[in-house]
Amino acid sequence: MAEATAPKPSSSVKLVLLGEAAVGKSSLVLRFVNNDFQENKEPTIGAAFLTQKCNLPTRTIKFEIWDTAGQERFASLAPMYYRNAQSALVVYDLTKPTSLIKAKHWVAELQRQASPGIVIALVGNKLDLTNESSGSGNALGEDSETDAAEGENDDGDARKVSTAEAKTYAEEEGLLFFETSAKNGTNVTEVFTAIANAIPETSLKGARGPGATQSSANRTEDQSRVNLTGPRDSASKEGCAC
Amino acid sequence: MRHSSDQRKSHSHDRLYAPIDTAPTATAAKEDGITATMTYDGENEAPKHRTHADSDESMATITPQEDDGTTLEGHEQRPALPPRPSLLGDRPTTPLSPRKRPALQSKPTTAVSSVDIQTLSFPDGSRGTFPTPGSRSVSEAGHGISGGTSTPSSRKVSQNGSEFDDSTSLMSYTPTLRANGDLASLLDEGLNSQSPAWKLLSSQADNVNLFETIDYEDNALLNFDQEFDEVEAVDSKGGNEEQVLLLWKAKLKHYLILSSAGKPIYSRHGDQNLINGYIGIIQTIISFFQDAKDPLMGFTAGGTRFVVLIEGPLYFVAISKLGESDSQLRAQLEALYMQILSTLTLPTLTQLFTNRPNTDLRRPLEGTETLLSSLADTFTKGSPSALLSALECLKIRKSQRHTINNTLLKARTEKLLYGLVVAGGRLVSVIRPKRHSLHPSDLSLIFNMLFEAGSVKAGGGENWIPVCLPGFNKTGYLYMYVSFINAHDGEESSSDQRPSTAGSSPEDEIAILLISTDKESFYELKQMRDDVVAQLESNGSMGIIKAAVRQGRPSTADIVPGTQLRHFLYKSRANVQFMMPSLSPDFSSPLARRKLMSLYHNLHASTHAKHSHVKVLHCVARDSNSLVWTTPLFEFYCIAGPNTSRAGLTHGANKVIQWVKREEERVFIIGGAVF
Repeated sequence: MAEATAPKPSSSVKLVLLGEAAVGKSSLVLRFVNNDFQENKEPTIGAAFLTQKCNLPTRTIKFEIWDTAGQERFASLAPMYYRNAQSALVVYDLTKPTSLIKAKHWVAELQRQASPGIVIALVGNKLDLTNESSGSGNALGEDSETDAAEGENDDGDARKVSTAEAKTYAEEEGLLFFETSAKNGTNVTEVFTAIANAIPETSLKGARGPGATQSSANRTEDQSRVNLTGPRDSASKEGCAC
Repeated sequence: MRHSSDQRKSHSHDRLYAPIDTAPTATAAKEDGITATMTYDGENEAPKHRTHADSDESMATITPQEDDGTTLEGHEQRPALPPRPSLLGDRPTTPLSPRKRPALQSKPTTAVSSVDIQTLSFPDGSRGTFPTPGSRSVSEAGHGISGGTSTPSSRKVSQNGSEFDDSTSLMSYTPTLRANGDLASLLDEGLNSQSPAWKLLSSQADNVNLFETIDYEDNALLNFDQEFDEVEAVDSKGGNEEQVLLLWKAKLKHYLILSSAGKPIYSRHGDQNLINGYIGIIQTIISFFQDAKDPLMGFTAGGTRFVVLIEGPLYFVAISKLGESDSQLRAQLEALYMQILSTLTLPTLTQLFTNRPNTDLRRPLEGTETLLSSLADTFTKGSPSALLSALECLKIRKSQRHTINNTLLKARTEKLLYGLVVAGGRLVSVIRPKRHSLHPSDLSLIFNMLFEAGSVKAGGGENWIPVCLPGFNKTGYLYMYVSFINAHDGEESSSDQRPSTAGSSPEDEIAILLISTDKESFYELKQMRDDVVAQLESNGSMGIIKAAVRQGRPSTADIVPGTQLRHFLYKSRANVQFMMPSLSPDFSSPLARRKLMSLYHNLHASTHAKHSHVKVLHCVARDSNSLVWTTPLFEFYCIAGPNTSRAGLTHGANKVIQWVKREEERVFIIGGAVF
């Protein structure tokens, strides 16, 4: 492919994760950034800032991810993180109905207060706890899941929020919608790719110079802080000889 | 070879204090008679007169009264010292004397007057007069130790120490003559309380290695292996209640936090169903005493000690079978309280309970259980830092630390309040505003969050954490930028992305902490962090830090080749920092470490007890031989195998102290960088 070797335009996209505590926000990010998963991850304190690139056919999107803590006491800090964000991932736990209610509150708050063009994705996490995930990966098969979701709690299915319910809501509000499993990786990259694709070209900040990022750079190296510290970054990388 | 009581005599000769043997009775009689008011005067007077002491030879004594911030004790009981008439004329008359007299006269005492007990002579022939309760000296002849200088300035600095210990100790220049000659009695009263083994101390002990034998002293620690295992939830259907309860009761240490209305807030072990009943009982007991305006401080049931701390609407209870002293347990509870404040701030906490006295605090505290638990487990494992309320520093050269300090200072941004480089819980460098110092208890909360609890590190990336530092200001939040660098990825340069979470132990983590009062300053501090890291890389400091971290703490044998000491703690009181050698090889297992720490706790308790006058304490047990020595400058604790002679122990102690003195500016951060 031609664009595989030629530098593609690159731009930064600020993304914020919101949602109730313990729905798996950090785990989604960890899966996306490090392709890793930890059982019983300890709660995030405050917020974590991570970056990850997402290669699209025509450009490279560099996500600057704010992974916020879900506890109530941190809620007042949220505006700081979603202000100027071009995208948001609102996460709920599809085994916990109240988390969807909380997610809806976040969506409403974002629509009210965040930048107008913000791309919001609604994500139901912990798909691995439902029995449709145990079958072969029906990754994006929301339709097929709908039936299964109706009859919850058969065979140890922990699902409490039906796909149809969440999907309908997402469509009403114009949100992207996914059900994911950070634990086994189902749909995680797809969420971020879909967001990257949904970011309107116009809302992207000016593309970086060709030298700033190389499309060949993959996820495991050179992942972060291009936009803030580009010049220094290279310097610090060389300085390690000591 | 045993060196308990028979050796005492020869040792006493070193000190020229043989006559003191009569002291204890007189002391006990007089303690009550001396009132706190006098000590204020004593405080004022003390610096003036202290200079009389031969600073090279004397160990003037300062006893922190950690558990008691209110009493200013003036024990000027030194009736034991025989009057030296030739010196009486030298005694400065102090305004104290008239006030002292009534007290003295009011109680039976063997002292003829306050005069004769205040003149000391030193082995080198010099003499000092000590007309105030504020000063006392123990002469330590022939050991070549010149540590115990007592100057007014050294005393002042030791006062701004940590909250549990030093800051409350400003009044505590307790004269402690008892320590002088009567080591045998010290051994008795110091350590017999916990372990029967102390009583069985026999001169025939022939085991060489520390803690080698499993005897009944160890019964207390039998279940230590399972101490940190989780107690499973009570399953009412499964009927496992009894079994769970047994497991729960087998824990050596419990921490409970509840509200004054009796709502459970936190429990280290056991789920809600299990503890609710106990919470109710405890609340009833505490409230009963509260109503009687006579707050419950603690009580003992069998071998278990219960200590209660009441902070506003919160009740904290520590339940320990590990033999810590009340004040040590109370300090641990206070640390838990500080952790809660650090999460909520005091005004929020107060407001929650003012609005609704039966607030369930678990919800506002949601997500911080891990912080409380890791704090609690740190105490249960035994933490020198918590015991001494001091911090540990990474040992690097002074010039290297200077370079790192300057790098931080140069990169400093407008919004920065504190900047720190920390490696595996050990401080590398701090910069701070001139008018604010960093409180050790605040730092230990931060270190707990970063290095013990793992909640921050596990996420990877950089972090922006609102945190209240109660020692700094308990009413509001600060914002802390944190990023980690792994000491082991030497090849990976600025490690802007923490590689995946697995693998590295907390000891290997280097963290850059930048603290600001402005919650919007993340990007600014992030920029500063990048500048600092780049600069540290280019001037080689990062390599130095990583090398020092990888190298770990030196072993005792590295510090003093051939020494019989197995481990020691050295706390510099002025700097509120401590130094210790590596725990391996003798103490690397959790159990050995806990025994070591229990011993240190005992030594600490003996020298810090409210009415303790002990400055030097030598303990002989079947499985260990230990020494504690406190002066205004330092506290020194060391331990050796059971066959070590007292001379060997003292020799080792002196060597270590000399070494620390020589390496002082590498081992400790002295002064620190201010802006």
